[in-house]
Amino acid sequence: MHQLCQGEALWGPDSSEMSFCCFLCPPAAAKLVLKGCFTCPLWKRIKADLGSEQSRLATMVHWTAEEKQLIASVWSKVNVEECGAEALGRLLIVYPWTQRFFASFGNLSSPTAIIGNPKVRAHGRKVLTSFGEAVKNLDNIKATYSKLSELHCEKLHVDPENFRLLGDILIIVLASHFARDFTPACQFAWQKLVNVVAHALARKYH
Amino acid sequence: MLTADDKKLILHVWGKVGDHQEDFGAETLERMFTAYPQTKTYFPHFDLHHGSDQIRAHGKKVVNALGNAVKNVDNLSQALSELSNLHAYNLRVDPVNFKLLSQCFQVVLAVHLGNEYSPEIHSAMDKFLAAVASVLAEKYR
Repeated sequence: MHQLCQGEALWGPDSSEMSFCCFLCPPAAAKLVLKGCFTCPLWKRIKADLGSEQSRLATMVHWTAEEKQLIASVWSKVNVEECGAEALGRLLIVYPWTQRFFASFGNLSSPTAIIGNPKVRAHGRKVLTSFGEAVKNLDNIKATYSKLSELHCEKLHVDPENFRLLGDILIIVLASHFARDFTPACQFAWQKLVNVVAHALARKYH
Repeated sequence: MLTADDKKLILHVWGKVGDHQEDFGAETLERMFTAYPQTKTYFPHFDLHHGSDQIRAHGKKVVNALGNAVKNVDNLSQALSELSNLHAYNLRVDPVNFKLLSQCFQVVLAVHLGNEYSPEIHSAMDKFLAAVASVLAEKYR
């Protein structure tokens, strides 16, 4: 288990390629795990030695051209207002305990009430609009969400698990809208994106 | 807890799955292997190429088992007892993977049902699949 991301080290069929199941940590870290250097301090020291720019590059998420294209292509067809409202609504319906953050939103007493609730719709639109920032800045998601991460920790007190839940819901909403066009490769790229966003939003928690 | 309404919705969805069990099963597994490559580690003995007979056969098996769970939704523990033993003592698939399979199965349902995969149905299915996962992991420790 890699202490930074709590990810499992995976290796390719002939043990030549290594990565972590979070897809965020670089292969070099996976090799350290393989060697038995499980401890965080070692990785921190190596990061320090590498210098901050290099370590930033080393820990950057890598997007292939295909992944970027799949993400952009889906996003260009998304109606942010509708999709955002639906995603947030479904979050509140499928995982009702998430309603705890929205006590001021009024009537959340049934799926119909939630879907029709104007505050839910407005907030869903806000959330998905913010998501669009990640799509526009795929190579710099961490920085994009730095302030929002602090906000969600310090002011909103949202358990980061909720970011993962919303990410999964968004995937299902996209699947229902795009049907066969939401191919397995599309799903992979988008699962990666929602993971990266969730990770970035959780990053400044303390 | 699965309510009476949830159970009705689950049966309704299962009616839609109908004769597509093998297709839905294969697509679920293919999406899982693509979206979550770490799940492939449980199938080193499989041909994992698109359209593989092994994936089709295994997908059919998985969806049939889910169908059995739907038929016995009031008594999941008993109905899935053998499968629960299998997963606990032989396969020992880490339970996090049940959630990944559940996600992919729901994506397949959403792809094929579109708007019909309403929030209420989505909720009922998510709960049902979580309940199945819970039973499968019951005997792990």
